[in-house]
Amino acid sequence: MAAPRVDRWLRWGVKPLVFLLCLLPLAKVAAGIAGVGGIRLGADPVEEILETFGKWTLNFLLVTLCVTPLRQLTGFNDLVRFRRMLGLFAFTYACLHFATYLVLDRGLEWNAIVVDLAKRPYITIGFTALVLLFPLALTSTRGMMRRLGKRWQKLHRLVYVIAILGVWHFYWQVKLDVREPLIYAAILAVLLGYRFWRYRQRASKAAAAQGATATAESGRAG
Amino acid sequence: MKRRTSTPLPSEITREEVYFSRRALLGGVLGASLSLPLLSAAAAKPGELAYQRNAKLSINEKPNSFEEITTYNNFIEFGTDKADPARYARDFRPQPWSVTVAGEAEVKGRYALEDLLKAHPLEERIYRLRCVEAWSMVIPWVGVPLADLLKRFKPTSRAKYVEFTTLLDPKRMPGQRSAILEWPYVEGLRIDEAMHPLAFMAIGLYGRSLPNQNGAPLRLVVPWKYGFKGIKSIVKIRFSATQPRNTWAIAAPDEYGFYANVNPAVDHPRWSQATERRIGASLLNQRQPTEPFNGYAGQVAHLYRGMDLAKFF
Repeated sequence: MAAPRVDRWLRWGVKPLVFLLCLLPLAKVAAGIAGVGGIRLGADPVEEILETFGKWTLNFLLVTLCVTPLRQLTGFNDLVRFRRMLGLFAFTYACLHFATYLVLDRGLEWNAIVVDLAKRPYITIGFTALVLLFPLALTSTRGMMRRLGKRWQKLHRLVYVIAILGVWHFYWQVKLDVREPLIYAAILAVLLGYRFWRYRQRASKAAAAQGATATAESGRAG
Repeated sequence: MKRRTSTPLPSEITREEVYFSRRALLGGVLGASLSLPLLSAAAAKPGELAYQRNAKLSINEKPNSFEEITTYNNFIEFGTDKADPARYARDFRPQPWSVTVAGEAEVKGRYALEDLLKAHPLEERIYRLRCVEAWSMVIPWVGVPLADLLKRFKPTSRAKYVEFTTLLDPKRMPGQRSAILEWPYVEGLRIDEAMHPLAFMAIGLYGRSLPNQNGAPLRLVVPWKYGFKGIKSIVKIRFSATQPRNTWAIAAPDEYGFYANVNPAVDHPRWSQATERRIGASLLNQRQPTEPFNGYAGQVAHLYRGMDLAKFF
């Protein structure tokens, strides 16, 4: 835990500021709809809103996935205190993205929506990612963390699957220029690759340690 | 035709209301009397055209605003984002411009755009535009009936198709520097489709020369087909005995066909074509049903009698 001064500064200064920054994409859309502040959503506001919320879902997913590597690489352990908030923003923007699709894009036409979910693979995987986000959001509280113990971490590894599905969803709906989704995919690959590398390292260290213990024991026996 | 700025200054853009009240006057007084379709000295503002409205072939729906029509474009030669063409086509100069006519026709050659058009009085037609991406607009085009233009070249009996080609010039069309599509863009029509009275060669919209991002200086408009058939910035017209290979069908043959008739019953593999979003409609009420042949079935359905439209999509 950080020194009390740093702690206070993070809790009452940085965290609220980050919270407000995370609301900016939503504020931009709201201002665009209301037509205030000279912010315009262009000729196709529905597409613009859908895209804004969708991309920010992915942005927040990736930023959330950056927390642990950054913490490990910098030793700045307090970063973890932002993880829940960032993850919940990913969840929030995913819900807004889906709500925009339901209400503005599809006009709440349920028959068409059901067909979309069942028949359009990119919508199916996007929806799957959203569904998988729910258990994570619901178990994000301190109480749930305590109650679930070790299982909490296992459950929350679902975020790797969610991020893959999310980027795939983005890639699949692009008509022509896949450069942007590929950039997302590359960043995600680095973030997941890092974890895999750490896992392998830990595994081999553990094996080495075990080997050493075994040798020591056999030496004693001999 | 002194100056044909394609992106007029905001102050030069005719407001839609003014435009609609003035249109009848302009069309009546000037359109009928002038043989030159493009005004020069008589034009009050650069790029302004003299035309007569073809009410019979126009629909009774409110056109989209000039801003919507000119800031939301699919013109991959200037970028893949809908806002790219307005941005990156700003400095494109669509003059001088010439069009090569080739293939199965008696009259062939290379024509300056002015010579190509001067025999034809200009018409205005308000058409629906339905994009294959399931959005739509209503656009007041100015141009000439495609059949009138094509007939002047006396296509032979071997001319079963017409192929159109867009300018290939990666220096002026930055989108062509990446090989996301096979350049130049090519589109085609069956000859009877091309000769249909609704097929249109547009050189303007909202009473003025085409803005660059909409395909200056001349583009095809085939209102019963998806928008990608409306090839832009045309430099070549070729009459052909065989079916042209059109760009999108080359890029993704399972997603885009040669015919590309608007058809709510045949879905795109990745999305439904049953409905469309009308650009500019109220945020909460943009979806509307898509009509067969984009609402022009009465005029064009006979062209496809006996064809399996799910197969020839």
